[in-house]
Amino acid sequence: MSTETVEAPLVDKKPAEALLSKRRKNIVTDPLNEDNPITVQVLGICSALAITIKMEPTLVMSIAVVFVIVFANLLISLMRNLIPSRVRIIVQLAVIATLVTLVSEVLKAYYFDMYKVLGAFVGLIITNCIVMGRLEAFAMANKPYDSILDGLGSGFGYAWIILVVAFFRELFGSGSIFDFKIFEWMGWTSFQTNGLMVDSIGAFMVLGILIWVQRHKTGYVEH
Amino acid sequence: MELFNIIIKATFIDNMIFSLFLGMCSFLAVSKKVSTAFGLGLAVIFVLTITVPVNWLLQEYVLKEGALSWISASFGEVDLTFLQFIMFIAVIASMVQLVEMIIEKFSPALYGSLGIFLPLIAVNCAILGSSLFMVQRDYNIAQATAYGFGSGFGWFLAIIALAAIREKLKYSGVPDGLKGLGITMLITGLMGLAFKSFIGISI
Repeated sequence: MSTETVEAPLVDKKPAEALLSKRRKNIVTDPLNEDNPITVQVLGICSALAITIKMEPTLVMSIAVVFVIVFANLLISLMRNLIPSRVRIIVQLAVIATLVTLVSEVLKAYYFDMYKVLGAFVGLIITNCIVMGRLEAFAMANKPYDSILDGLGSGFGYAWIILVVAFFRELFGSGSIFDFKIFEWMGWTSFQTNGLMVDSIGAFMVLGILIWVQRHKTGYVEH
Repeated sequence: MELFNIIIKATFIDNMIFSLFLGMCSFLAVSKKVSTAFGLGLAVIFVLTITVPVNWLLQEYVLKEGALSWISASFGEVDLTFLQFIMFIAVIASMVQLVEMIIEKFSPALYGSLGIFLPLIAVNCAILGSSLFMVQRDYNIAQATAYGFGSGFGWFLAIIALAAIREKLKYSGVPDGLKGLGITMLITGLMGLAFKSFIGISI
């Protein structure tokens, strides 16, 4: 985070920066791996675990979070000079809550089955710390376009982790991918599904191991 | 007796952390020392016990379909449910602010130990989550209060237990990549397994 705030004043002096300069590319790619919101910054764990029993709700949730984080980043970045710093938390919460209400109403109207599956967890995007964290750490101090890129990066960094967790949980917990019975299709009808994977415990274990693998690759060590 | 049942159920069976995954962010971030975990846990119980009934009143008399009919019959068909998220989070944020000011005025000692955690609580998913689950389950106001207290207490137990384990963990040789978050997730999984043994309870 510190590098971003240091670089920010430089941008103001060079308004003609390329649309996809190296620095901007890094804003998008860093959160995907080295600075991943879930595995490195430890944000947004709640929903990462709760809705990852199956791939499909996970995908819907990822799209919803990417939408909310990108637009919240954009809106807060546009308003960043108008918000008094004492009430900024309330303003940020209001913006996020409005966007989440939008998502929830759209889901209710066009995809009611999924709305019922996700239930209260759509509402809990409001308190997803990734969104608040990005608004606080990035959008309050950067220009709109950069903030959109940052939102995309963090959103997708979140999305790929929960999709991987959901992949393993659905594969071993229900023996399927996107409700497609993969083991039966391969002719392995005697496949025993693992009840622990459907349960919360499986989620903790899969994410724990995923974090281990990911940190082993990037060489990040927490002290 | 029924209320006691709800408390036990919310504390052990539907534990906020181990079966609903709510409030994980602060659960992981503030569980390095037992004393701070204790402070945050108390603050969460406190705020939950207040916000859940307040949100219940809001839901029952303002937001629900037909809830406004107490003003006049012509409001009978108004449905403000879509405002639920924004109203609940506003209540939580202002309650947290209020609680902070009250504690600061009447008990500076408690404020000293809880102070820094109170603002954190506004964005703790356990608080908003309880209010949303309370709506889904059609509780009455006494049940809602019991539910708020029970889920807060469950969260409190979980964070203290984890903090105690993590204090001991400092002396064990954990592989580099697993240090910190990784091993904490695995431990939480094992603790969840232990909490699963409460499922059979019926009082």
